[in-house]
Amino acid sequence: MNTMTLDAAGQTAPAQPESVEKATVDTDTRVTETVGQPFCDDAKLRMRGINVFYGETQAINDVSLDIGRNEVVAMIGPSGCGKSTFLRCINRMNDTIEGCRVEGDLTLDDEPIYGPRVDVVPLRARVGMVFQKPNPFPKSIYENVAYGPKIHGIASRRAELDEIVENSLRRAGLWNEVKDRLDQPGTGLSGGQQQRLCIARAIAVSPEVILMDEPCSALDPIATARIEELIDELRENYTIAIVTHSMQQAARVSQRTAYFHLGHLVEVNDTETVFTNPQHELTEAYITGRFG
Amino acid sequence: MQTPTLFALLLLLVLVAYGTGFTRAVTAARGSGGLRNLASLPGYYGLHTALWCGLPALLLLVAWIAFDDAIICAMVINSLADKPETISAQNLLWTQIQNVAAGNLFGEPEPQIAAAAEHLAALRDNSRLLKAGLTLILATGLGAFTLLRFSPQLRAREKVEKVLRWVLLACACAAIFTTIGILLSVLFESLRFFQAVPVSEFLFGLHWSPQMALRADQVGSSGAFGAVPLFTGTMMVTAIAMFVAVPVGLMSAIYLAEYAGRRVRAFAKPVLEILAGVPTVVYGFFAALTVAPFIRDAAAAVGLEASSESALAAGLVMGVMIIPFVSSLSDDVINAVPQSLRDGALGLGSTHSETVRKVVIPAALPGIVGGVLLAVSRAIGETMIVVMAAGLAANLTANPLDSVTTVTVQIVTLLVGDQEFDSPKTLAAFALGLMLFLTTLVLNFIALHVVKKYREQYD
Repeated sequence: MNTMTLDAAGQTAPAQPESVEKATVDTDTRVTETVGQPFCDDAKLRMRGINVFYGETQAINDVSLDIGRNEVVAMIGPSGCGKSTFLRCINRMNDTIEGCRVEGDLTLDDEPIYGPRVDVVPLRARVGMVFQKPNPFPKSIYENVAYGPKIHGIASRRAELDEIVENSLRRAGLWNEVKDRLDQPGTGLSGGQQQRLCIARAIAVSPEVILMDEPCSALDPIATARIEELIDELRENYTIAIVTHSMQQAARVSQRTAYFHLGHLVEVNDTETVFTNPQHELTEAYITGRFG
Repeated sequence: MQTPTLFALLLLLVLVAYGTGFTRAVTAARGSGGLRNLASLPGYYGLHTALWCGLPALLLLVAWIAFDDAIICAMVINSLADKPETISAQNLLWTQIQNVAAGNLFGEPEPQIAAAAEHLAALRDNSRLLKAGLTLILATGLGAFTLLRFSPQLRAREKVEKVLRWVLLACACAAIFTTIGILLSVLFESLRFFQAVPVSEFLFGLHWSPQMALRADQVGSSGAFGAVPLFTGTMMVTAIAMFVAVPVGLMSAIYLAEYAGRRVRAFAKPVLEILAGVPTVVYGFFAALTVAPFIRDAAAAVGLEASSESALAAGLVMGVMIIPFVSSLSDDVINAVPQSLRDGALGLGSTHSETVRKVVIPAALPGIVGGVLLAVSRAIGETMIVVMAAGLAANLTANPLDSVTTVTVQIVTLLVGDQEFDSPKTLAAFALGLMLFLTTLVLNFIALHVVKKYREQYD
């Protein structure tokens, strides 16, 4: 997918409001079912009837969604709508939050993600994650990338490890910038470089799915553009779910877009459809900037 | 007028000055249409007046109290017809005159001294009157002057804040100058000690027996001031204490910060802090009466010989004492490691313990090292436990079951009881104190440096 040209489309294409009444959207509209195409044939991840609770509060309400192989799915929606919570269900990062409870069926290649006999350690090796704020470990650049392969015993010899580190850094588009200073601390890199280092760290354990939680929100436009290019390249080998607040970014990098609202999944469609011809009034209101 | 009364009067004047300044400002504001027409809030005008009223008068009063005696002394001595030549003779005479003036008479005083005593009494009366008069006049005068010069354009807040800044600076300086003063006094006394005992003997001598002969014919009190046994004793006790405190403290910090549930944490943390609040003297008799005999018996049971006061007992108990120190400092730095790092490690498929070992602890390490160094300097300076449990014999030994003595213990024993203040025995305490001071100073310096230099800047 071309990365930059949809920029204009993302901003200008949304359909004109047809009537004046539509200008005031009732944002409390009950969403009963998801419109569009939440399911696909060749699904890497299948999620059915997901409910997430934080103590008594329900954060996610009966969400069903498929994420296809080698597909980039963008999740958009106003703050607090549950996109990040939903994303963190997929590699069970919600387990670390006290009082968080997940219900529903999630499968990765038809194997359950939640279940008494599932070990989260190999699961998280298969489903990597990149966070909102770059979080390199306070170690050298090399050690940052080598961390995952080491703990999972992927590389037994130093040469193998070197190769994995170089490959990961190359694929993250960081190799040329850091190859002469691999022994320097990762925290000394610039914000954009740190985030690419985190992506390199995530792909070093050869995951099948990469989850990205607003990976560019702390970065400047140039660094953002690099990461977006990178996401597009990574799609060849990985399945990617990305949460973003930037609709232009969703339009640029994703094939399908899911719109969340107050814990409900409102609409899932081809990215182009969502941004040019949204089917739900809430989606339309959000992408035309009437709230959110 | 007595000085306390004078202080009370001054305080009253200051309060009145504040009140009038405040009212003056409010009245002026009302006359000209609201507080907005004043350059500052009324409270600042009140403070401004109060400061002018109180501060110069207070400074005068303090200066007067500080120098009044010395000046009167000089005046009395100089008024004598045949004043003695040497300073010490003058001091003696001055004490005599003071005693006579205070009515502590032993027989009939010499006429010259009696006259001087009367002179002294008169001078003191004058001084007291003058002090009270000048202080009150200065206070009321400056207060009234400030009130007279009041105008709504006066920037009272800026002036008050400038004064406050000086007050803050003075407070900061008080602590710094006290430290410098203590250091200098210890340093000078140590130099006197080193005139009697060479530095090399003190630092490298292997024999410590600080008994000085009072008479030339005394036996067995040659005085040996080799401090090496004290240094090794201190190091051994400190090392044993750190062997206990660092692992236990660190592990408990990791447990509390990483694994404990909220309820356990809410219970365990305060309890650990209570441990830090136990007075060291209590630890001391615990060490001397419970732990030391236990160690002696245990050693006897396995066929070793242990003295009833041992380095091991003191070190173990001191280690327990320092546990909360290490654990609470480490707990703080572990908690300061951002959650995003843990998420990052967990997100790569680390187990909880891998996350702790490979990411959290390395990230917190500088803080932990700093905390441990601070704990070491605490252990070196600790006195009560070792006084009670480690013994007094300056043995040069590497056996923790032997009794040893430490620098702090020797300082205590050198200064307890009646002492001559110019014998090397007493002065040795200052030299030991200097060593202790320098060691802990260097340790603290390194600790702070380590913490600052290697702390990751997490924003």
